[in-house]
Parts: sequence; structure tokens; C-alpha cells
Amino acid sequence: MLIDTLHFTPWSSLAGGALIGLSASLLIVANGRIAGISGVLGSLLQRGSEGWGEKAMFILGLLLAPLLWGLFHVLPLAEFQSGVLGLVSAGLLVGVGTRYGSGCTSGHGVCGLSRLSPRSIVATLSFMLAGFATVWVIRHLLGLMP
Amino acid sequence: MKKLSAFIAGLLFGIGLLLAGMANPAKVLGFLDITGVWDPSLAWVMFGAIGVAWMPFHWAMKQSHSVLGAAMQIPTQRTLDRRLIGGSLLFGIGWGIAGICPGPGLVLLLSGHWQAWVFVLAMLAGMQVFTRLTASRP
Repeated sequence: MLIDTLHFTPWSSLAGGALIGLSASLLIVANGRIAGISGVLGSLLQRGSEGWGEKAMFILGLLLAPLLWGLFHVLPLAEFQSGVLGLVSAGLLVGVGTRYGSGCTSGHGVCGLSRLSPRSIVATLSFMLAGFATVWVIRHLLGLMP
Repeated sequence: MKKLSAFIAGLLFGIGLLLAGMANPAKVLGFLDITGVWDPSLAWVMFGAIGVAWMPFHWAMKQSHSVLGAAMQIPTQRTLDRRLIGGSLLFGIGWGIAGICPGPGLVLLLSGHWQAWVFVLAMLAGMQVFTRLTASRP
């Protein structure tokens, strides 16, 4: 295994992670809710879900974050490596998968691991392994991406 | 008050993702490419997040109500079923294709990238598929 020392950002990633942890802590301590993006978003799509207002405000904050960032600093680079077909299939899989699996990187990965939930540990291992395998197939087996 | 704290939590989450470099799909794919030239940054994001959230979550697990008086909604289900694993595997495949998970997808919407709109609309459609399929089943 080779470490990508050119792109590895230990300190900003650790600091950004700490802010994500602070956000999840605030939501559980103040609102008693799990900061799981797919769960919150999915329940907003369902009629009559409880706490609609709070969930909508959480998602609104997430949406407005780049505008707040943009007031002080240039937004970080975002490079997309997939075309429309890739984006659509990825989106569909992420949408269906996170709802069936009851969570994503935030709900299972951050909140679930922080409370040592066995379901979240299994879910996180599953999506990490699937992610590693998918990138290996696309980049190294098929040689499709940089 | 609960709406305000939820809004602040959303903002913090988004700023955290941007600072961590996780709103860049190429960087996420760099983490998932363990057999190539590997960028371990995402693991550092997880360490930072879990390190901060550990104590508050362990405190919250012992409470019946939040500080603002809301019922503590911590999942109690403990079964490791096919839905949990199958769903997570599907999510991981989608994550590996584009390098975008739900949080960064939403943060990228107003960052001026059309690709994020394509991804998020497909993701919402996928969530609707789940809702329809599970609603029609007893």
C-alpha cells in the first residue's frame, strides 16, 4: 500500500471531523436526535413524520453551509470523476441502500460507532468494504477512472 | 429553540465536511482506493468525529430526555438482518461509483456544481423507491 502524501490532509480532516462530531453531539444532547443525513432526509420525504420542522432546519443548515463558508473563504475544490450515468446510478444506489440499511456514513459511521452500536459497526464495515471493492473494480479491474 | 439548535448542527456539519475535504468526491475516492495510492484522510475525519462525539453519546444513552426536553431517540433495534447488510452494501457500491454520500451531496448542491443536482435527485428518487416498496408490503 502506498500513502498518497500529496493529498493526505491529516490536520484539516481531523479538525473537520471534530466539527462533525460537535454537530452530532449538539443534535443528540439538545434535540435527542441522531445526526444521520439519510435518515433525516428520508423521513422528510414521508408525510406526517414527527419533528418535521427540526429535521428541515438541520437539512437547511447543511445546505447553507457552503454559502456561510463562502463569506469568509473560497470554497474548496470539488472534483467529480463520474459522468451523468455514473452520478444517476450512484445516487439511486445511495438512496435505496441508505434507507434499507437504516443509515449512512453519518448515522452509522459517526453516531453509531460513537455509541458502539453493533448494527452500526456491521453497517459501516459493509459499506466500507463495498466501497473499497467498487473502486477496485472500476479503477483497477476495468481501468475506467484515473 | 430546538429548531435553532438543529439549524446550527446542520451548519456545523456542513462546515465540518468542507473543512475535512469530504465535499470533494475525488478525495473520498482516494480513500476508497486502498489498493492504489491511498489517501487516509477520511479515516482522520472519523477519528475526529468519534473522538468528540464519544462522551456526549455515552451521556445521552443514559438519559430519557434531551437538554431541551425532547425524548431521547436512540435506536434500540439490535438485529443484524439482511436489510441492514444488503442495504449498506448497495450504499457502498453507490458511494464507490461517485465518491459522494448523502451529506456531501447536499453540501455540494449550493456550491455551484450541476453534478451534485444529478446525484441528489437520483438519491431522492432512490429513497422514494424504498418508501413505495416498503409501504406496499405488510
